[in-house]
Amino acid sequence: MVAFGQFAEVLIGGLLAGVLYSLVALGFVLIFKASGVFNFAQGAMVLLAGLALVRPLDYMVAQGFPVWAAIVLGLAFAAVVMAASAWLIERFVLGPLVNQDGLTLFMSTIGATFIIEGGAQMIFGSDVYPLRLFPTDAWFLFENQFPGGILVNKLDVWGGLIAGILVAGLAVFFQKTKTGRALRAVADDHAAAQSVGIPISWIWFVVWLVAGLVALVAATVWGTKLGVQFSITFLALKALPVLIIGGFTSVPGAIVGGLIVGAGEKVAEVYLGPLIGGGIEYWFAYVLALIVLLGRPQGLFGERIIERI
Amino acid sequence: MKADVDPKATMTGDVEPGQVMLSVENVSLSFGGVKAIRGVSFDIRKGEIRAIIGPNGAGKTSMLNVINGFYHPQEGVITFKGRRRSAMRPYIAASQGIARTFQNVALFKGMSTLDNIMTGRTLKMKRGLLSHALHFGPAKSEEIRHREAVEHIIDFLEIAHIRKAPVGKLPYGLQKRVELGRALAMEPELLLLDEPMAGMNLEEKQDMSRFILTVKDTFNTTIVIIEHDMGVVMDLSDRVVVLDYGQKIADGTPAEVQSNQAVIDAYLGVAH
Repeated sequence: MVAFGQFAEVLIGGLLAGVLYSLVALGFVLIFKASGVFNFAQGAMVLLAGLALVRPLDYMVAQGFPVWAAIVLGLAFAAVVMAASAWLIERFVLGPLVNQDGLTLFMSTIGATFIIEGGAQMIFGSDVYPLRLFPTDAWFLFENQFPGGILVNKLDVWGGLIAGILVAGLAVFFQKTKTGRALRAVADDHAAAQSVGIPISWIWFVVWLVAGLVALVAATVWGTKLGVQFSITFLALKALPVLIIGGFTSVPGAIVGGLIVGAGEKVAEVYLGPLIGGGIEYWFAYVLALIVLLGRPQGLFGERIIERI
Repeated sequence: MKADVDPKATMTGDVEPGQVMLSVENVSLSFGGVKAIRGVSFDIRKGEIRAIIGPNGAGKTSMLNVINGFYHPQEGVITFKGRRRSAMRPYIAASQGIARTFQNVALFKGMSTLDNIMTGRTLKMKRGLLSHALHFGPAKSEEIRHREAVEHIIDFLEIAHIRKAPVGKLPYGLQKRVELGRALAMEPELLLLDEPMAGMNLEEKQDMSRFILTVKDTFNTTIVIIEHDMGVVMDLSDRVVVLDYGQKIADGTPAEVQSNQAVIDAYLGVAH
């Protein structure tokens, strides 16, 4: 019974941590679906969103604002910052590159990454800023059944809830709305989308705005967990195996991929770690991704790419 | 004759059948040192099928790209429904009623036939983002209304059996048909077809010709067609413009063009 209790705790902790990876992966999927671009800047956008939230929030609290008002105003300010950066990216980075190759667009997002990272830290500062939006203590469940109970982190549960709401909303947006259909059209073929009167610049602004807002949501959860700091941009690297496993074009794939990576690396760390010396958590996700690449290159939920020759 | 012009007609730039709907004047387009189009002028009359023919590399597709705004010519003027421009923009062209298909099928490969054709309704749909996201009330009834229009097109083009199929998997001839459907969903006044029958067998060509003629007759759509199959061109078109090395070498009825010495030379290959 002790063994099962421990397994359940590791598994639940892993799954919930995985949801947090999914939050970051979602931003990538959105932009990839809508523009066919792998957006290298997604991690930088999480940093920007976090800084644009935590700095004004701290300032307002120091000025004697009630905390709830500071949070609301801080979130609103950060959302405006993300909207402004979406507009700037469309106007100056992607707009001039309509009808260009996907690789060209990818390179331009690498450039955007450095500008966003540098700009965000120049404006908002480059220290570690703690953010306390969600409770960070833990629940102990089933204390009667298992000695010590099962530890569940409250923050992870919040993250899971938020991710669930986000995914439901995005799924409806992509599959059911006119704008969602236009987004998918632009991703497939710029010229054809233009020929039916889809305004590409508006669509790209919407995409980057949504990705920016997803980055903001990810920043609230990850900022609470790690503090808002530069290393938050490395989340992008953790999102990569999630994307490969789930498929670059699938919103549900980003979620399932995150769950697999989160649960897989925690279970492997606890049960495989002692056998081969630990530290598995850092590379396990990439090995999983490699295995998926060998067997199913489009990912578990990805669209199979069919080329007629 | 009525002395005063109907103000509504002038505002929307309505063109009577048989009158000039679009004209290009003295258009030149070059890419770096390559001159794709040199000083070409011709016009398109409402309700006609206008063919553009010429050997490979003559500038036919470039001309379509100028008309729908993908390319901006260095010289020349385009007049569409009474408005003169030095260059169109794709969005403006689409919103003013110009639809097109592409030489190499340009469909949204991951989407179904139905969704592909639905994208053609983009400019006809009015409801905003929010009500669509919520997907009820007016937005929902609007979606249903447009869906009906699209189903009519699907029936007309005889592609009901592939309604739900992802278009990337379809055979080439059917993809061409879906692409025509997407353009028709825009209810265009001017339809540009870039080699709609390339790579088709005789039966498929006959089907496509039938669709094109029906579109012209039922919807009174003006059609510009680029085509290599001379039999098709002679049967379908009312007037033909011939390009060679970016220049116009002939313009007239199919019979006139066929007997034109410059055209015969261009096709048979005479030293330039």
